Amino acid sequence: MGMDAVFRALADPVRRQLLDRLHARNGQTLSDLCEGHDMTRQAVTKHLAVLAEANLVVTQWHGREKRHFLNPVPIHEIAERWIGKFERTRLDALADLKRKLEGNTP
Amino acid sequence: MSDRFVYVTYIRTTPAALWSALTEPEFTRRYWFGFTLDSDWETGSAWTMRFADGRLNTAGEVLESDPPRRLVLSWRKECDDALLAEGTARATFEIEPVHESTRLTVTHEIDRDDSRLIRSVAGGWPMILASLKSMLETGEPLADPRTHVQTLEPACGG
Repeated sequence: MGMDAVFRALADPVRRQLLDRLHARNGQTLSDLCEGHDMTRQAVTKHLAVLAEANLVVTQWHGREKRHFLNPVPIHEIAERWIGKFERTRLDALADLKRKLEGNTP
Repeated sequence: MSDRFVYVTYIRTTPAALWSALTEPEFTRRYWFGFTLDSDWETGSAWTMRFADGRLNTAGEVLESDPPRRLVLSWRKECDDALLAEGTARATFEIEPVHESTRLTVTHEIDRDDSRLIRSVAGGWPMILASLKSMLETGEPLADPRTHVQTLEPACGG
């Protein structure tokens, strides 16, 4: 597993949307994640498998329920590769400014 | 009713080396950006996490210790009254060899919904884990402690 798998996984808008849904509410089941989608369970399962392969989604069993958790660690590792140690504060400031100007809450 | 996150990283190292990195104070100081974790890591023992200046940040008990496979800690944020009032969280570290590398799973959970403590530690762990990975694979942790510590410990003031 490496960076290629992460970029491949993130290249698909449906998979990014699944990550957004886990970001909003972590630990969802397959049924939770299928709600509000036109896709079949099989299609969602396939996308989740690609995300798991890239280590962006981690699953844990809670009794008989398989729950899905967002794992941001590989994205952080990619960021660390190209973000210099003194750039982080400036980048955070720019990201804050962009959020404020665009009217999104941070 | 619970809140948790699960983080996983793959590190090119051995389970024994990873266990040492998680449990030896000198190691932890390097990739935890100045914080030191200390205990004898026996089941039932106390453990502490301290700021660089020695003040107590987090404390708890070692609930399970099975080197180099599994470590479970209770987790009380001693430096912030609001977080302390949320009660005791639990951190579980699972270490498994996978091919040439080692998989580390960190689960952090608390028995209540929408926990500020869980949100607070959830923001810090990806940095800690990236720094730990860097230290074990290259010999150097990630730098820039000040920015990281502020992000890590917004509630405790550093």
